[in-house]
Amino acid sequence: MAMDLNEIEALIKEALPDAVVEIQDLAGDGNHYSATVTSSQFSGKSKIEQHKMVYNSLKGKMGNELHALAIKTKE
Amino acid sequence: MNDQVKDLINKEITENEICLFMKGTPDAPQCGFSMAVSNMLKILEVKYKGVNVLEDQSLREGIKEFSDWPTIPQLYIKKEFVGGCDIVKEMYENGELKKILEDKNINHKK
Repeated sequence: MAMDLNEIEALIKEALPDAVVEIQDLAGDGNHYSATVTSSQFSGKSKIEQHKMVYNSLKGKMGNELHALAIKTKE
Repeated sequence: MNDQVKDLINKEITENEICLFMKGTPDAPQCGFSMAVSNMLKILEVKYKGVNVLEDQSLREGIKEFSDWPTIPQLYIKKEFVGGCDIVKEMYENGELKKILEDKNINHKK
């Protein structure tokens, strides 16, 4: 199973409309991505909460269709 | 998640100051992300328990629900969920991880 890069970006932006999202396909296999997400909505939240917001935006795909997504969040 | 799994998780994080739920074992990690966190703990010379979730499917799913976190590895320090690979890596790099160990009086390489 794999997921398209644009689909990941669209889901994150749907949940965090002001987010600047940079995604890299690390292995070129549609399965291992890294995402850097910058959003004002992270302000005042812990790293765990910030990452959860990104995971939640992916609506349960993380760990299923999406095997590996390294996340970096910035305020 | 059934009570048996919940009890097992509670037991592990209570009995082990530092507990890493991982794929594989500290000596033979089965996934790069689990290996990365395991290596950071080794470099810091902390005593930790690696719990191999691949040995128990109910634990593998249970820990995700327990922490409300969709991925593995998951690091617990003194019963507190610290994060997954990305967060632990960031905290290792910026010194926050060491600070937590100091604040919680856990032996590690100074």
